[in-house]
Formats: sequence, structure tokens, C-alpha cells
Amino acid sequence: MVNLTINGLHISVKEGTTILDAARKLNFKVPTLCNHPDLCVAGNCRVCVVEQLSAKTLVASCATPVTENMQILTNSLKVRTARKHIIELLLSEHKADCTKCYKNGFCELQSLANEYSVGDHVYIDLVPIHAHKIDKTSPSITKDDSKCIRCQRCVRTCAELQGVNALTVANKGKEMKISSFFDKPMHEVICTNCGQCINRCPTGALVERNYIEEVWEEILDPNTHVVVQTAPAVRIGLGEALGLNPGQRVTGKMVAALKRLGFNSVLDTDFTADLTIIEEGTELLGRLKRALVDKDPTVKLPMTTSCSPGWIKFIEHAFPEFLDNVSTCKSPQQMFGALAKTYYAQKKGLDPKKVVSVSIMPCTAKKYEADRPEMRSSGFKDVDYVLTTRELARMIKQAGINFDMLEDMKYDSIMGQSTGAAVIFGATGGVMEAALRTVYEIVTGREVPFNGLNIIPVRGMDGVREASILIENCKPEWAFLNGVEVKCVVAHGLANARQVMKNVRDGKAVYHFIEVMACPGGCLGGGGQPIPTNEQIRKKRTEAIYAEDMGMPIRKSHENPEITAIYKDFLGEPNGHKSHELLHTHYTVRRSY
Amino acid sequence: MLEQVNLVKELADKHGRRRDSLIPILQGLMEEKNYLTDEAMVLVAKELDISAADVYGTASFYTFMDTDVRGKYVIRICKTISCSMKGKIDVLHTIEETLKIKVGETTSDKKFSLLETNCIGWCHKAPAMLINDTPYTELTPQKVTEILQEYMKL
Repeated sequence: MVNLTINGLHISVKEGTTILDAARKLNFKVPTLCNHPDLCVAGNCRVCVVEQLSAKTLVASCATPVTENMQILTNSLKVRTARKHIIELLLSEHKADCTKCYKNGFCELQSLANEYSVGDHVYIDLVPIHAHKIDKTSPSITKDDSKCIRCQRCVRTCAELQGVNALTVANKGKEMKISSFFDKPMHEVICTNCGQCINRCPTGALVERNYIEEVWEEILDPNTHVVVQTAPAVRIGLGEALGLNPGQRVTGKMVAALKRLGFNSVLDTDFTADLTIIEEGTELLGRLKRALVDKDPTVKLPMTTSCSPGWIKFIEHAFPEFLDNVSTCKSPQQMFGALAKTYYAQKKGLDPKKVVSVSIMPCTAKKYEADRPEMRSSGFKDVDYVLTTRELARMIKQAGINFDMLEDMKYDSIMGQSTGAAVIFGATGGVMEAALRTVYEIVTGREVPFNGLNIIPVRGMDGVREASILIENCKPEWAFLNGVEVKCVVAHGLANARQVMKNVRDGKAVYHFIEVMACPGGCLGGGGQPIPTNEQIRKKRTEAIYAEDMGMPIRKSHENPEITAIYKDFLGEPNGHKSHELLHTHYTVRRSY
Repeated sequence: MLEQVNLVKELADKHGRRRDSLIPILQGLMEEKNYLTDEAMVLVAKELDISAADVYGTASFYTFMDTDVRGKYVIRICKTISCSMKGKIDVLHTIEETLKIKVGETTSDKKFSLLETNCIGWCHKAPAMLINDTPYTELTPQKVTEILQEYMKL
């Protein structure tokens, strides 16, 4: 243990603790910008400087470990003056058009400027001399260098959490900027659109491309029928963006709010998550049968999940040789979109031309996914607009809805009923767990051998989690699986996914089924979820997801009555002709930069 | 293209395929050509299994690793104070007039590029410039004209 004083108060902390963390333990707030709990130390923004008595210069508290008998002042005149100058210098290179900025009210630099009462025109405004351009080429992410303070949270996010490195620090000195390869537009590079950089950008330099006005227009158009679907993780995240604590389940309030916003029907992506389980489970069993019984050498195993559009774009760029291993199932969002303008329109007697389909997603990559040319199997664009959880929260505020006071409401029908297996799609390991609940029961006629259907080994926050399940006493038609140990692996965060795929490629690991979610914690930590994010917040959201599962009367996808109905009335059979037409897709090899 | 693929492979065999092999490999490429093309950087990234943006970030940090198209002869004239005090500006004007390009530009025949550099350590013989790796010192407008004429003949 190391002893030191901070502002005269004594504290003993473990060796290696930073001054910043020690100060936080004593409840002294030290402002930070480049520092982020999910990322390595950078120490470049300098706003966390503190005074160390006997040292000549101020030290960056985020990057300085404590030493014995250190005497630290976090709020001396010297510190406050320096911090104010640092903030003013950052502002001199930041386009501070705050009232017109999308991040107005959510900007960390703005709140610091407010806290330190920065003056006007203290330093020469350097923004005009850089000819910054705004990159709006990506359907998911808008990058505005004039707002960038070069803290490099985005670069570290893209490298450490995602292992993608689409963003880098280019040039040096006053020319230094956050850049893609050769400063190419965002839609041309290996960016997976995951939006994790957005979740960590302290300013408005990286934000989601928002489609709020477009959606308002559709809602107000009397000639359209606007259906909205909500992803599993939205219902446990939305509250945070509306002033509630992390981990609060707001499913009923969210449905009520969507109805008040004027959507013609409020439906659930969870319904198509259940459908995904049936289609993907059938596909997995089909692949296993072809491998084990037919000895078909062309069958690709392991099979990977395909729900996460960040993961899909990643594998298209980074491991194109494995594209045939990816399940051909569309994501639940896109299955929903394809059905909204076919099955739903038919059932409701609507002209599919007039159906506008909107989705609320915890995800920015979903915006790109909806724009893919192959996502038009209904004959129209299957999903017209994708809004993030944050954009929905903004619409709720714009509409003057007092969210906390809303009475719970239920989803509309059809395509509004779902199970506990569907809601856990929002957490890492959830698709695996939902699939196992169904596949095991199809094959053996028995429930998965885990207490209360909770497949604990695939849950949790470890980056890569392996599990295996022994199949015994199968139904006669699945007898070939008797004694097979199905090997599964779950990875979240693309850096972990890359490691898993490398192990598979190099023959270091053998699996049957791989689940990947691009974002840390799964969709609940998605790039469209409320800001801030950190491990504690993601844990709260995870608990909420599993509580939501436990609260559902049906917890297995194949028992969802609306699923039984759609196969009977419309689709025929899983992986059948109609399913292939509407619910399955193909992938594209993409370049490596 | 194939030549470049082979060159990158050769350099990687020589210097290794670790992250810290990157700079020697890029330097090797710079020796072959005066600048790094985007194709070359993509090849290096593939060879080292890192992202192309990472390669670009590293290359763009170093003044002597160009990522813009450069001529066969890159002239770097010192922009620091000792050279300025000893009449660099006249030398620079002479170069600009002789080659019909400004600082940062390349001649249309891709023979010369004109750049400025920070101090190259020839203050005692200012003003100074480099043409590729060769230093030229105690320059005057007349001397620089002669030097350029020699290069034009090459």
C-alpha cells in the first residue's frame, strides 16, 4: 500500500493506483477528457492536471501512479488557472458552435467550459485556418474534424476494443488529425459502423447520422402506415437517456411513448429474434447433418451467428475466406423489415407501398445494414429508417412526453409477441443461449439441462467464453447426434472476435457454433445506446436483460404462438422456399483497408 | 504491382513481421521510390497483419516518409532561422523560378519536388538543402542554378 495526502486528507491505496483514482476514492472530482474507463491511459488532453507539492510542474493525474508521501492538491489556484487555460486552448481549436451542435447538452468539453467559466476570445480561434471537412459519407457515422480535440478515445476504442483500427492518428504537431487510411471517406474504409467511437467521443466530432426529421415526416404523412420495431436492448437502455438509472426496464413505457409519438403500430424485433432462432437453429442442425451423416465435404463448420451487422462487415473485410461459415439468416431487424411489407401488410390488408418501416436499435451499424442493396427482398427497402436508442429518446423529449409518468402499454399484434429467449439477444451470449434452448429441445425432446433454462456458462463479461453441451438420448430422427459434444464459443468486442477467428483459421480451436456480437457486452453496449458507457453500466443493463427474460411467460423461441402461426399461415417450414426468399441473405468480400 | 508485392515480401523477410518491423520496411520502400503509395501501404499492412490506417498513421508522422506523390529528386530546403539569415530566400526563389514550381509542388515530368525541412544540422554552412540524401551547403542563387542544371541532365 502507498500512503499519500490529497488536499490534506490521508489515503492509503494499492501500488500502481493513479492519482486520479486515488482522488476519486476520496470523492474529489478531477475533470478528464481523454481518459476513459474502457481504454488505456493516453494522458494527452491535460485537463486532469493536479499539483504535486515539491514537483516543479503540474502532473497529469490520469497518467501518474501514486508514490509514498505524495502531497497532492487537486484544486489549488495554480491547478485551476492551468486547467482553465488548457480548456481555453482546446476550445481555440474546436468549432464551438454549441447551440447548433448535435451534441449540445451532451458534450463533455461544453460542460467543462461551463464549469470553468471560460472567457471569450482568450486565444486566437484556429478553427478557420484549418479547412476541415465534415465526412457524411457513412450512413451510420458522421465525422466532423472541426469539433475534434484529438483526445484519441476513438482511435483507442477502434484499436483496443474492436481490433479494427479504421481510425489512426495521422501527421503531427498542428497538422495532427484523426484519420482513416489516406483520409479516405468513412464509407470507403474498413469501419464496421459499430459506433463504439461515438459512445466515447467527448465532443460532437463523431456522432450518429440521425434520421429524426425523416421519421417525423413519415409519421405526420396521413397516407403512410408507419410500423416501428424495437430491438431487445432498447428497452433496458432507453431509460438512461431520459434521466433514469442504468438497468431500469422500461418496455411498457417505451411502447406507450412510441404510441404517443404517433407510430401506427408498435411491434417487436423480439418476434423476429424468435424467428431467427428457428431459422438459424434449423440451419445449424442442417449443417451438422450434412457434415456427420452425408459426409458432405462442402459444408462449412463452425457456423457463426449473423445478427450483428458490425460483425458482418468486419468478417467481410477481415476474414472473407470464412463468409460461407456465417449463417445465411438475416438479422432480426432485416427479417422484420422483409415481413413488415409482406406478411404484415397482407394480414392487415395494407398496400405495402404505403407501409413505412422504422426500427429502433441500440446500434449504428444497423443503419448501414438497412441500406445494403440485398436488403430489399419485400420488393421495397425492407427497413426504411433506423433510429438509435438515443434518437428515440430525443424524439420523446421533442414530443414533450413525460416518460417516467407513462402507464405501461403492450405491443400491438401481429409481430408483437415474443419470448425470454428473444430478449436475451441483447446481451453477449444471448443468441447462443436462445439457440441452445431451442435446438437441444428439438433434438432430444427435453429442455436444456440447465437450472431454470439459464445457461450460465455462456453468460458474463469475459471476452471469449467457451462451452460445450453433450447431446444424448436423441429423438430417432436426430440419432446421428447421439454422443456429439456441441462445442460453442461466444465473443463480444471485435478484438475478441478476431482472436477467435484466428484460432479457428490456424486450427487451434474447433467449434460447431460461434456467436459474435461486435460491441462490448453485446447489443446492450451498442454504439447507439445512451452515453456514457462503462463496465458497471453494462453490467446493470445485462442484469436487466436477464430479469426481463425471467419475467416472460414463455422463454423458448419455438413456443412463441405467433411463430407457430407465421409458419402455418405464411412461411411454410423453417429454411423453406419462402424463408430463403425473405429471411436469408448472402455476403460480400470487401477490401482490406 | 507484382514487383511491389515481391519487394514488400522481401523487406518483411529481412526485417521481420512484427509491429516494430514497420519502420524499417517503410524505409526500404522509400529507398526504392521517393514516396509511399497507398497500394504499397496496403501490402505492408497485409504482410504485418495490421491495419492499413496504422501504416498510414505511422508513415504520415515522419517528415521523411512521404505519402504524397513525389518526383525522382526531392529537394528539401532548410526553413529554420540560420539559413534564413544567410540568404535562403533568394536561393528558394531561384529554385522556384528554375523549376517553375512552388514549395510543396512537383514538376509535371515528375522529376523534381520542392519541400521545406526543419534544421538539417548545416547551420555553420548555411543556407543548406538536401536533394534526396545529398546535402548541398553555402548555397547562392548561382550555385543552386548550377546544381539544378546538373540534375536536369540526369
